[in-house]
Amino acid sequence: MSLYYRFPGGIHPHEGINGKSVTSVLPIVEPQQPSRVVIPMQQHIGAPCKSLVKKGDRVKVGMKIGEPTGFVSSAVHSSVSGTVVNVEPCVLANGLEAECVIIDNDFKDEWVELHPVENPDAMDAAAISALSREMGLVGLGGATFPYGVKLMPPKVKLDTLILNGAECEPYLSADHRLMLIKAKEIIEATKRMQQAFGIEKVFIGIEKNKPDAIDVMKKACEGDKTFSVVPLRVWYPQGGEKQLVYALTKRRVRTGGLPIEKGALVVNVGSCYALYQAIYKGIPLIERVVTVSGAVQKPGNYLVRIGTPVHRLIEESEGFLPDAKMMIYGGPMMGMAINRMDIPVTKGCSGITVLERKLLHGQESACIRCGRCVEVCPMLLCPSDIDKAFRKGRYDDAEKLGAMNCLECGACSWSCPANRALTQSCKTCKKIIGERQRAARQKQQKEGAK
Amino acid sequence: MQKKLVVSCSPHLHNKAVSSQRIMLDVIIALLPTAVAAVWFFGGSALMLIIVSVLSAVAAEFLYQYHMRQPITVSDLSAVVTGLLLAFNLPANAPWWIAVVGSFLAIILVKQLFGGLGQNFINPALAARAILMLSWTSLMAANVLPHGGEWLAPATTDAVSVATPLAHGASGFTLWQLFSGDVPGMIGETCKLTLLLGGVYLLIRRVIDWRIPVAFIGTVAIAYFIKTGTLYSVESGSQNVLYQLLSGGLILGAVFMATDYVTSPMTGLGRLIMGIGCGLFLFIIREYSSYPEGCSFAILFMNVLTPLIDRFTGTKPFGFEKPKTPAKEAKA
Repeated sequence: MSLYYRFPGGIHPHEGINGKSVTSVLPIVEPQQPSRVVIPMQQHIGAPCKSLVKKGDRVKVGMKIGEPTGFVSSAVHSSVSGTVVNVEPCVLANGLEAECVIIDNDFKDEWVELHPVENPDAMDAAAISALSREMGLVGLGGATFPYGVKLMPPKVKLDTLILNGAECEPYLSADHRLMLIKAKEIIEATKRMQQAFGIEKVFIGIEKNKPDAIDVMKKACEGDKTFSVVPLRVWYPQGGEKQLVYALTKRRVRTGGLPIEKGALVVNVGSCYALYQAIYKGIPLIERVVTVSGAVQKPGNYLVRIGTPVHRLIEESEGFLPDAKMMIYGGPMMGMAINRMDIPVTKGCSGITVLERKLLHGQESACIRCGRCVEVCPMLLCPSDIDKAFRKGRYDDAEKLGAMNCLECGACSWSCPANRALTQSCKTCKKIIGERQRAARQKQQKEGAK
Repeated sequence: MQKKLVVSCSPHLHNKAVSSQRIMLDVIIALLPTAVAAVWFFGGSALMLIIVSVLSAVAAEFLYQYHMRQPITVSDLSAVVTGLLLAFNLPANAPWWIAVVGSFLAIILVKQLFGGLGQNFINPALAARAILMLSWTSLMAANVLPHGGEWLAPATTDAVSVATPLAHGASGFTLWQLFSGDVPGMIGETCKLTLLLGGVYLLIRRVIDWRIPVAFIGTVAIAYFIKTGTLYSVESGSQNVLYQLLSGGLILGAVFMATDYVTSPMTGLGRLIMGIGCGLFLFIIREYSSYPEGCSFAILFMNVLTPLIDRFTGTKPFGFEKPKTPAKEAKA
C-alpha cells in the first residue's frame, strides 16, 4: 500500500539535521504582540492591494486596510488595533521594497464587529470564493495563491479534495501542531468545501512522521466514508501540489497546469483552518502559525499576527545560538535567506529557520555528471543540463530542457556532490524565460491590435 | 541583536554525506583490495607501478593547473583514481616510465586539455591505456606469470611471458584461478574476487548505479550463451560463459571504468543502453577481431556515444503532455 503513494524523484533531507523533532512536541503559544506591525499590501501571488488607510488613521483588529485590485488578488486586514504611522515602501523578505501599512499597536486589541456567515451549510462555491477574497485568504503553504481564485466555481467537475498536511520542509511543524488542536475545525471547513463543490472523495495526506496528527485527524473525520486519512512516506517534496496529487490519485498535473484541471482541489490545512475562522467566526486572515527553529535558544511554534517583525519572534525564542549564520524566512529548502531583523511575517511565512554555519553549502566545484540531480528531481528534469545551458546564456536550450517545470524544491542542489547551485540556475532561468515569454506575448498583442 | 547573517539562494541545506571528494575516496577504498591482490600476485613491480602511476597522475594535474594558473583541485582525489586505474591496466613487467607517460597522457591530454574534471569525453585511464597499447605494443602485451605469494619479490627479467587466458587457443586455467586472479594479465584486472568486493562496496555506498555493470556483464553472458550454449565445462576450454566472464578486463571495466560518471549517461535508461552497448562491443571485439580482449575499446566506444545517448534518453518533464493543437501551444 505504501508503495502506491509515491511520486518520482525526491529526497530525505531530515536525517540528522532534522529540527522537526524539536518543535513538533511544543504546543502553539501566542507571543506578546509587537509594538509595531508592518503589513505589506501584497501578501499573495497576483495584483497588490490598494491601501484604504492613511497616516494618522485609527484601525481596529480585523479592519480591512487593503482593497484587492485585480482578479488574482486578496484583501489585507489590520492585525492589531492602533494608529497608522505611515503607508510607505518597506523591505520585505525577498529583498525588494513594496508598499506597506505601518501600524503602531495600542495593545487594546479592539476588534471590528465580526459577522460570521449565517447559514454556512447553504454556501455554494461562489459564496466561499467571494468570502475568501474578502477575508484575505491565501494558500498558507507558502505559494500564497489567493483562495478567492482557487475556490471559484470550476469549469470542470471536481471529484477529489486533498487536504495537504504533509509539511515536508525540514524544521517546520506549524501545520502539524495546528492539526493537533484544530482538527475538528479543519474537517468542518473541509466539509463546507466538499459540499459546495460536490466532491466525492476527500484525502487527508499527512507524512508518517506525524503519527499523532494522523490519529487526531482520523478521529475527527470518523464515520464519514468519503474521508480518508493517508499516511504518506516521509519524503521531500511530498507537500508539493503536483507530487501530492500524483501520490494520492496517480493523476499527472499538466506542465504549467493546476490540479483543478484533473478534478483535484488541494488545500493546505492551515488555509483550511483560516477558512473555518472566516466562515464560522467572521475573522479575516490576521494571524498564522509560525515555527521558529534551528539555531535559536528556545525554538517554538507561535501564533503570530501578520506584520510582526522577525526580531519579535527571535526575541520570543530568546535569541540566536552563537554559531547562527543564516536566518531563513520559511523552511530551509524553499525559504528565503534574510539578513534584516525588521522584515515582517506575512501570510506565506510558515517558519523562521536559523541555521548554523556548518549546515550551509560549501565551495562549488566542477560537475562530475554523477546524475544524482536527475535521480532526485521530482519533475523529472535534468538540472545539471539546465544549469549548463544557463551558465552559457542559452535560455532557449534551458526552456527546451523544461526549465519552466521546475518547482524550485531544491532537491537537486541538496544532493549535488559538487555543491553546484542548480536550483538557483533553474530559478533564474525561469525568471528570464518568463520575462521573455511575456515580452513576446505583449509584442504579439500589439501587432494584433494594429 | 544584529549580527552578520549571510544570504544565499535556497535550498540552504546540503547533503553533507556526499561530495565529489568523498565519492572519489569511496572509489579508492573500493580499489584498494584489488591493489593488494595485484601486489600479492605480481610482486614488487606491481607495487612500484601503482605508486609511480598515482604519484605521476597527481603531479601531472598539479603541474598543469599550476602553470595554467588554475585553482589547484588535486585534493578532490580524482587524479588518484585515474592513476590507480591506469596502473591496474598495466602489465607487471612494464617499465616505470610507461606509468609516467600514461599518467601524463591521461591527466593532461585526455582530461585537462578538454577542460578538467567533468569535461573529458572519454575515460582518461582507458584512453591512456589505449595509446600505450598502440605505441608500445610489445611492452604492454607481455604478460608475466603471477608468482602468488612471493611477496615483494622483484619481477625478474627472465619472467616467462605467457599467453593470457583470452589469447587465442589458451585455456589452461581453472575457474578458481580466473576468479582469484592467479592468471597472467594486467595487474589490476585478474583478481575478480576483490574487484567484485569493491563493486559491492560502491553499490552499497550508492556511488555507482547497478545498471551499467549489470547490463554490461549480463549482455556479455547472454551473447556467449547464445554463441557457445554452455555455461561452463572443462572440455569447452574458453568457449563457455563463465570462462569468458572471468577473463580479461571485463569485471574491472564493468565495475570501475564504464561506471565513470563523466563519460557515462546520466539517465537510468541511458545507463542501461551504455551497459548493453559495452557488452556487445566487447563480445564483437573478443570474437571477431584480431585483438584477444576488447574491454577498453568497447568502453571507449560507448564513451564517445554518451552525449548521443544522453540526448535520446533525455527525460520528459513530469506531467508533460503533447500540445493538442499547434495554435493552442502558440497562445500559451
